[in-house]
Amino acid sequence: MATTVQPPQADEILLPGHGNGSGGGFRGLTPQGGTRAVLDQAGEPTRTGIWVGLSAIAMMFAALTSALFVREGAATDWQHIILPPILWFNTLALVASSVALEIARRRVAAFMRGQEHSRSAAAFWLNATMFLGLVFVVGQYFAWLRLRSQGLYLPTNPNSSFFYVFTGVHVLHVLGGLGGLSRAMLRFRSFAHPLRKSTMDATSYYWHFMGLLWLYLLIVLWVKL
Amino acid sequence: MSEAQVHVAHHGPPTSFIRKHVFSLDHKVIGKQYYGLALVAVFTGMVLSWLMRIHLVWPNAPIPGLQFLSKVGAPGGVMTPEYYLSLMTMHGTLMVFFVLTNAPFAAFGNYFLPIQIGAEDMAFPRFNMMSFWTTFVAFLILIAAFFVGDGPPISGWTAYAPLSAVGGDSGPGQALGQTLWGLSIFVFCIASLLGSLNFIATTLDLRTKGMTLARMPIVSWAWFITSCIALLAFAVLLPACLLLILDRVAGTSFFIPAGLNVSDHLQPHQGGSPLLWQHLFWFFGHPEVYIAILPAIGIVSHILICNMRKPMLSHKVIIYCMMGIGFLSYMVWGHHMFLSGMNPFSALVFSFPTLMITIPATIMTLIWLGSLYGSNLRINSASLFCVGFISMFVSGGVSGFFLAQPSIDIYLHATYFVVGHFHMVMGVAAIMGVFAGTYFWYPKMTGRMMSETLGKWHFYLTLIGTYAIFMPFHYLGLAGNVRRYSAFTDDFLVPLIPVHKFITFAALFTGAVQLIFIFNLFYSRFKGAVAPPNPWECTSLEWSTPSSPPPFDNFGGQHLVVYHDPYQYGVKSSTGDYLMQTSPERAGETP
Repeated sequence: MATTVQPPQADEILLPGHGNGSGGGFRGLTPQGGTRAVLDQAGEPTRTGIWVGLSAIAMMFAALTSALFVREGAATDWQHIILPPILWFNTLALVASSVALEIARRRVAAFMRGQEHSRSAAAFWLNATMFLGLVFVVGQYFAWLRLRSQGLYLPTNPNSSFFYVFTGVHVLHVLGGLGGLSRAMLRFRSFAHPLRKSTMDATSYYWHFMGLLWLYLLIVLWVKL
Repeated sequence: MSEAQVHVAHHGPPTSFIRKHVFSLDHKVIGKQYYGLALVAVFTGMVLSWLMRIHLVWPNAPIPGLQFLSKVGAPGGVMTPEYYLSLMTMHGTLMVFFVLTNAPFAAFGNYFLPIQIGAEDMAFPRFNMMSFWTTFVAFLILIAAFFVGDGPPISGWTAYAPLSAVGGDSGPGQALGQTLWGLSIFVFCIASLLGSLNFIATTLDLRTKGMTLARMPIVSWAWFITSCIALLAFAVLLPACLLLILDRVAGTSFFIPAGLNVSDHLQPHQGGSPLLWQHLFWFFGHPEVYIAILPAIGIVSHILICNMRKPMLSHKVIIYCMMGIGFLSYMVWGHHMFLSGMNPFSALVFSFPTLMITIPATIMTLIWLGSLYGSNLRINSASLFCVGFISMFVSGGVSGFFLAQPSIDIYLHATYFVVGHFHMVMGVAAIMGVFAGTYFWYPKMTGRMMSETLGKWHFYLTLIGTYAIFMPFHYLGLAGNVRRYSAFTDDFLVPLIPVHKFITFAALFTGAVQLIFIFNLFYSRFKGAVAPPNPWECTSLEWSTPSSPPPFDNFGGQHLVVYHDPYQYGVKSSTGDYLMQTSPERAGETP
């Protein structure tokens, strides 16, 4: 039985950023003989990887949220807690850090395109992001201290349990983001391993997602706990 | 220089032994590491099943040496009922997580996905290495449960709360052993998430020139769809394990209700929901079935096409069916909970999509059978195991029709009928796929051929043995034989003991038959005939590598361009009746 043979169509495989069969497998090889140069377009693995990773994180928090709803539905021991006011300040810090990182990302891109000759402006905003991120983490620690001072520990009641779990897991992810940010900052200064645009983009997507995730968690905690 | 070109030089050929064989970044080495780990796990799990089967039919007979594994669980070599449950837990956990998830998906997928799409490696080689070694740590943590405290947990691979959450009061192994179980699965989830992320990014971004999604082999599609399922499934089990561990070690009450009295000890917990664990677990658990079987479906389809020397009736429909199964797998978790006291209306809601899943599964089966009909199938070990897979998939799947209906499931759920069902359709069928993949890809992985004579003996004896074990399970279930009992003396099940004896003999026989495979696997590595570059005359890219096993960068610096889908069989070409994906030649009409 013969089946139709379709040779690769020029527009199908030569368009940069097509991402499907466009030559990503030739990483590290100099394109020769009609093979096009591999461009860092939409199909770059780092960017894809970060979206896939964020999907998994979103799914994990969806599972935790559904656990909260089911647990509340079955509960006779649901006792509302007053959220520590410092959470609002922490929220502000995290939102501000996202703004700082977005400015930093654009400055880095401008520097990489040669539109900006100094690294210092971009570095300043990267440092500001790092500082604000650390402020958020320390602020969350103070929120836990505040709860402890009220006698609300992890096992005290379901509300406190969920508060510590939600905020704790989120802070772990934020720390991961700070790790990624540190790596991006080091690469930005490095000549041996220069920062790639896709790495910077991926770092910023992750960080913005942490901010959005926190806003979502804050609403859930505020409404349900 | 473009960014992607900067991106690529992330690792070069390793030079030291450690980097080459232990902490390797090479996807092929990592694939073999997964395979080796699965092999250790499957034989450990099989020995545990032997011990259980022996105890079931000779409950008072000492098993020589067992007392050294656990003095408390097997004093004088005689297994206690609790230790039977411990072995059952470990058997299930090892098989589901470390064999059925690792072998068809992580092992073969790691080795062949990048090659089949024309990539040099996975998208994130370091993540890939971390993924394997994290899995290995999870394995060690689980095995450690044998050697601590009262031994492994007794709560089964599903670890149902609240007994899995309350600690040592709920029985031997429920203290440290159960905590280690939770930690092991938690770590395993992280490893699987890393692996899935890598598979997805690799498939989407590293395909070579001309390798459109439509031109990917079915098995690559299967690995891709499986990785999407695994990404979402393990992302749910991960927090579930976290909450379970917190209930056990931090005193929280996510799964433990108020007023629970276990072993005359009032548990200091309040208000938790045991059903919450079941919901979270089975939201992962049912997709896990397809994480095990979809790669096997892909492997079997891939091998059958090559051995039939003609395309399937429809490749696209098989891929759509796999997608449909993956999608539906998230809607059916409640069919594992028909006995949980759920609203009968809810049971119907879960029953309907469960029955729906049989539609794509049946379509795929009909495509396989319809394609096989009239084909001139090449009979070899790999193709035989493919046929065995279809046989087992159908035989085990048919009982799923019954179990999908709540009114029937209520009677059968806690019986051997269910055990027979899932062992055939998910366990043995997937393992048949792994055997088929091993016989098929061994020449590429080692440069040597496995013995076909031994392979065929292995197939026929395994097929007979597995049917002899698991088909009678269905009859036992229909006769009301409950699961999880460690012995059947002095009760209404005594008349069924001869059937159990038959099954035990069949299990010992089938296990022993696997030694043929092990011998073939290792002997052929050194003494097998040298493999030609493309022994099966197959079209996909793994057979276009310059050597077997492939060089470090898979294609020796070649720039592969793909011109066809991988189903160019039964055509007229300069190579014979097939066209390689990399051949620019146009196929002629059927000779």
